[in-house]
Amino acid sequence: MSDAVVPHRNQDSAQGARVGAGWFRRALDSDIFYSFRRSKLTVVAAVITALFFLLAIFASWLAVQNPFDPAQLQLLNSRISPLWTADGQSPFLLGTDEQGRDVFSAILYGLRISLAVGLAGVVFAGALGIGLGLIAGYFGGAVDGVIMRIADVQLTFPAILIALLINGVAKSLLGNKLDETSTLGVLVIAIGLSFWVQYARTVRGSVMVEKNKDYVAAAQLIGLPAPKIMLRHVLPNTMGPILVIATINLALAIITEATLSFLGAGMPDTMPSLGTLIRIGNNYLFAGEWWIVAFPGIALAGLILSINLLGDWLRDALNPKLR
Amino acid sequence: MLAFTLRRMLQAIGVMLAVGVIAFSMFRFAGDPVNQIVSIDTSAAERASIRQSLGLDDPVLVQFARYFIDAVQFKFGVSYQFRLPVSSLLMERLPATLELAICATLFAMVAGILMGVYSALRRDTVLAKLFQAVSLIGISLPTFLIGILLIYLFAVTLGWLPSFGRGEVVKLGWWTTGLLTVSGLKALIMPAITLGLFQMTLIMRLVRAEMLEVLRTDYIRFARARGLTTRAIHFGHALKNTLVPVITVAGLQFGSVIAFSIITETVFQWPGMGLLFVQAVQNVDIPIMAAYLLMVSLIFVTINLVVDILYTVVDPRLRSTVGRAS
Repeated sequence: MSDAVVPHRNQDSAQGARVGAGWFRRALDSDIFYSFRRSKLTVVAAVITALFFLLAIFASWLAVQNPFDPAQLQLLNSRISPLWTADGQSPFLLGTDEQGRDVFSAILYGLRISLAVGLAGVVFAGALGIGLGLIAGYFGGAVDGVIMRIADVQLTFPAILIALLINGVAKSLLGNKLDETSTLGVLVIAIGLSFWVQYARTVRGSVMVEKNKDYVAAAQLIGLPAPKIMLRHVLPNTMGPILVIATINLALAIITEATLSFLGAGMPDTMPSLGTLIRIGNNYLFAGEWWIVAFPGIALAGLILSINLLGDWLRDALNPKLR
Repeated sequence: MLAFTLRRMLQAIGVMLAVGVIAFSMFRFAGDPVNQIVSIDTSAAERASIRQSLGLDDPVLVQFARYFIDAVQFKFGVSYQFRLPVSSLLMERLPATLELAICATLFAMVAGILMGVYSALRRDTVLAKLFQAVSLIGISLPTFLIGILLIYLFAVTLGWLPSFGRGEVVKLGWWTTGLLTVSGLKALIMPAITLGLFQMTLIMRLVRAEMLEVLRTDYIRFARARGLTTRAIHFGHALKNTLVPVITVAGLQFGSVIAFSIITETVFQWPGMGLLFVQAVQNVDIPIMAAYLLMVSLIFVTINLVVDILYTVVDPRLRSTVGRAS
């Protein structure tokens, strides 16, 4: 799969670098963009995903208040229902929670944290998995055996269980020293350590195919060191499938973070992600204050669904068999 | 065949040993067990004597051997929060989790197979497209959101079903069951659907794909040529051949169902092992976390082992290649 697609991509970027301004036109002309335009659902998903990212990036301008700043919260404003209902009050578009926190602002800031943890988790998992996969595939033998055995064992356990365990151990080791920022770090590490296996397996598979090709033999012959051959020559030829995995894993990482936070093992109430907001809001469901949980839930579901749709499309678009 | 079985069993034992090392290191090194037992004003001498009595001064290997021997006998130490033996806490909650997991798997299989067969046979109907959409949502929505949605619909708005707990349970020896009371059954419906939904979409997609594949084969065409009824072809021949992979997947997924019950049990406050585990993570109750890890790994490893061995029994082709390879 990779070798059929990627040389084409490489040509794209190589020529793009040479032509400069022509790069954008070439990208618009490419068959990947063609298949993107043709699928209306994918375009909608891409627009929604981009919208979520923009909302997260510009959260501090769009929000009517900073939900992390207790000085801006007023208990007088607590439990106001959304604007379009009878008891709605401006400027609280989606209502407020029990602390007088504007739900819309909380979602914007929560989105920022969810996306940050998700992206960092995917990058960390990717770096770890790609590194180990390259080493396993390139060197083979005992190294390969050990890495892949660990991967096999880990693959039988669901990621959420591993992430929960890592979280609990970190809590026990760090104890009271665990503040909001370090919780964020722990979550990224927990997600990264739970999701590296798929990258490692894919990269290893591609490397085993690539390393027997002439260009690698040529690179070895002119005496390039192994790390350089791996990173500069073999890795670019395995990027296609990795991109697909990374997209789908972004959705999975966001779900995992949200689930951990919902279970009370993730982001604390003082710095809520979407999952934390849903956990808090869930307590008010029975009192009839549905908006505290509904809107963060819709935001999370919309985000995951659109990223998943993008991932599905990317998988098909990069698969030459389906063209 | 025997060699293969033995080798697989050795591998399984190796995995369990590795998990045991992880569980032991969590138990021993993540937080000082002594600090969890004593209060702040315990003297250093008392701490040292407790340390001695717990055997924490022995060489690490001796401690691991002791932990291992205890674990084989289902002794996992004492919970920090409850001050009760972890094994009795787990055993008390095992029936709730197993009942939930089995009902969820049954729901997933029945609903998944029915929906899969329908959407394979009537591919272009509205209902089949609806099933496909539902399956996309089932994969995309996090479990806890589905649970909250169900609670809001059926417990808060309609008031039909209870939103938390197991209802009334009946004791059968040490096993407690909610299947024999009306309130127990009512309490089971929403958690079982929430937990089984993901597996249902998985099975539905699998059945649909397998059915479409099988319906294209020659022996189905031959069956049509023989003039068999459509019903006999679809259900007697095609469905029967799709069931082997379905049962395999459902079996392999059973371990995941138990692990994912962590989330469902938290949403519905279902008094099972998963809820116990989440509370342990929140309160840093390492003995429970380590024991839960060991129990779930044992379930996973056993299922994988059984499925692998059954494969070679069911499929003679595998047996011969395995024999040749070894």
